[in-house]
Amino acid sequence: MDFTLSDEQRALQDSVQRYVSRQYAFESRRAIERTAAGWSPQVWQDLADLGVLGINVPQEHGGLGYGPIETLLVMNLFGSCLLLEPYAASAVVATAVLRDSASTHLQASWLPRLVRGEAVATLAHFEPTSRFDARQVRSRATLANGGYVLQGQKALVEHAAADILLVSARIAGADDAQEGVSLFVVPRDAPGLSLRSCRTLDGRSAADIALESVEVPASARVGMDGGALAVIERSLGFGTAALCAEAVGAMQALVDATVAHLKTRQQFGRPIGSFQALAHRAADMLLELEQARSMSFLAAVRSMGADDRERQRALSAAKVITNRAARFIGQQAVQLHGGMGMTDELQVGHWFKRLAAIEMTLGDTDTHLQRFAALGTFPASVRAT
Amino acid sequence: MDLDFSAAEDRFREDVRGFVQARLPPAVRARASRGLSPTRDDYLSWHRTLQERGWVAPGWPAKFGGCDWSPVQLHIFEEEMARGDAPLPLPFGTKMVGPVIMEFGTPAQQGLFLPRILSGEHWWCQGYSEPGAGSDLASLKTRAVREGDHYVVDGQKTWTTLAQYADWIFCLVRTDPQAKAQRGISFLLIDMRTPGVSVRPIITLDGAHEVNEVWFENVRVPVGNLIGTENQGWTYAKFLLAHERSSFGGVGRAKRELERLKGVAYSERRHGRPLLEDALFAAKVAQVEIDLMALEITNLRVLDAARAQRALGPEVSILKVQGSVIQQRISELLLEAVGPYGLPFVPERERHGATAEGIGPPHAAGLAARYCNERKLSIFSGSNEIQRNIIARMMLGF
Ligand SMILES: Cc1cc2nc3c(=O)[nH]c(=O)nc-3n(C[C@H](O)[C@H](O)[C@H](O)COP(=O)(O)OP(=O)(O)OC[C@H]3O[C@@H](n4cnc5c(N)ncnc54)[C@H](O)[C@@H]3O)c2cc1C
Repeated sequence: MDFTLSDEQRALQDSVQRYVSRQYAFESRRAIERTAAGWSPQVWQDLADLGVLGINVPQEHGGLGYGPIETLLVMNLFGSCLLLEPYAASAVVATAVLRDSASTHLQASWLPRLVRGEAVATLAHFEPTSRFDARQVRSRATLANGGYVLQGQKALVEHAAADILLVSARIAGADDAQEGVSLFVVPRDAPGLSLRSCRTLDGRSAADIALESVEVPASARVGMDGGALAVIERSLGFGTAALCAEAVGAMQALVDATVAHLKTRQQFGRPIGSFQALAHRAADMLLELEQARSMSFLAAVRSMGADDRERQRALSAAKVITNRAARFIGQQAVQLHGGMGMTDELQVGHWFKRLAAIEMTLGDTDTHLQRFAALGTFPASVRAT
Repeated sequence: MDLDFSAAEDRFREDVRGFVQARLPPAVRARASRGLSPTRDDYLSWHRTLQERGWVAPGWPAKFGGCDWSPVQLHIFEEEMARGDAPLPLPFGTKMVGPVIMEFGTPAQQGLFLPRILSGEHWWCQGYSEPGAGSDLASLKTRAVREGDHYVVDGQKTWTTLAQYADWIFCLVRTDPQAKAQRGISFLLIDMRTPGVSVRPIITLDGAHEVNEVWFENVRVPVGNLIGTENQGWTYAKFLLAHERSSFGGVGRAKRELERLKGVAYSERRHGRPLLEDALFAAKVAQVEIDLMALEITNLRVLDAARAQRALGPEVSILKVQGSVIQQRISELLLEAVGPYGLPFVPERERHGATAEGIGPPHAAGLAARYCNERKLSIFSGSNEIQRNIIARMMLGF
């Protein structure tokens, strides 16, 4: 057991920390949020220059060849600066899908461009009726002219303005069958693909997508025909771990902001932090934060594991703890700031909203509780009866 | 012991229900069912409709234009208003400054202000809080200096709800800077159109413009606008708080929202079944419904005590704490119920007048904003921490 970071990991952390504290102060973020696009291609390019977009890409494709631990380190920082750019969607989830199952041809044509920041990718998998169940895929892919034709709908695809969408669709099987799902690289401007975009609670953007007879060549298929669900699920697991780490960064920032407020805000002639009710609340916030931090480590490490059951249990457990901590810390930070906590002007409310959004992303608490329980392990003594 | 309403009270409820059904404009109802807060015109037009029926301030004595209703009747009235998605008249005139003017105002003040509260001609807002004086209200700094027939007011109020529409503001101001905290405070009525008054919007995290800063620069206020005696303002403010708190529980509103929650959770699906039948979710809905049942009975106990004019103890603070927590809980569950479609977010001011909602099921629109907005319930009108301090002080005596 060893929780220390390597020199390389610390260097990565330092360089990203320096960048976001210089370039991603709250006012800069606000300006980015107000643009029509809602994200900054310049920031994306800067992240590419820092090498960060290549954390999850093998060196042979121009990346750093790192993995979930390094992802965790940068996601902590992106949580505290409330990065709007689609790091988890593109540089974690979509990148992992391509890295782990695409043909050498697709890898060679997309991974280097993702690393250099020349393209952004996003996974378009969930559908209007899937809620948080990754197995629900109703979109259909049918063979035609040596390629495929896609038909269906995708829901709330993060950063659908990406250059390429990784779109899942069934070639066979019932709507929730484990087998029969294929995955395709589809350019955003493909004929028949249309978006309905919206801003989300946290200032980001997402879109519902309609696929109406979208034609893709066979070479656009990622991985085995009909066998894509496993890699999708695994990649969403990397995304879940990244999200937990991002939440930790946001929660740490909220705890820091709240502590500073408790020390400086005076009411009744003294700092409000001297009221024990509030001091204990702050202590509870830290307690929740540290539990979540522990689980973010577990999630990152187990997300790489070979044993599916152990991996999924750890990820679900981490998301449950993270969601609970996110809600408690978010709400209490607002509460302890009083009226100020309710304002758009203070960053507190924005961390609160991002944390609320994280709760609703890649599985809410009930979904993960149920999955955890269903994957339950029972001691031999229980099984014997 | 009898926990049921009398036959007469039931008939009264039917009356109110019928009235709301018949008279609430469909557009107002439609906005409420989309989770939008009432517009200025919604408030005003409904106010006038209530006024025709004599129901703007039914709790007021008949001699001031009220209905002399009992606390129980008022409770039923508010419950039915919430049930029918009707906006309640804003409390600032009817429940706050109105009763203060009745109790402590001069006949001239009563004659000038009370009819205009009822008619809707005067929209009031509450100028208590300041940047440095929230929970510790008595530390307020806005100054009023007597100069002949006027007070000259300088300072800043904040978090002033709907001040952008207000005609008048009632303020706590410091008239004796030498006196200890509570003792140098006066209660002053200020015309928002007086030169030197300015209003600046504060946008809240749900994107709404509901609260404001109100600035006073050399504002000359006739001494005739002072309530009661100079430096006695704190007494009047405390009187007002007692009034403000009698309908704190928000039981009617919570019941309406619970009904909405069940509707949404019934139409949402998890694993092909209505979410409301999902064991985990159903248990959460049941828990909040049970908490609400307890709150309702506690609320009836408070009403009974108020009707018998028995002194109220910590129950009022209990209502505030539990009432806010229950409403907040329902807003959380509503958001949970729609799953990922809680994410799309359109600031309320952009949803008004929009012909189509954004993406996702229509019942999901506005739920995230509502969840954000309702965080205020445990902050304003005496935060839940302050309410617990009040309860604890009553219990422990120090
Ligand atoms: C949406 C909204 C609408 C409002 N409308 C109005 C209005 O129309 N008119 C008006 O005058 N005001 C209004 N307010 C102001 C409201 O009354 C204050 O926000 C409230 O009194 C808290 O004051 P504060 O914001 O300064 O927080 P603070 O008093 O600074 O409190 C910060 C935190 O410290 C806690 N705290 C403070 N003292 C203690 C203590 N002794 N023990 C334990 N905990 C403590 C509080 O509970 C809170 O959690 C509104 C506020 C909001 C959010």
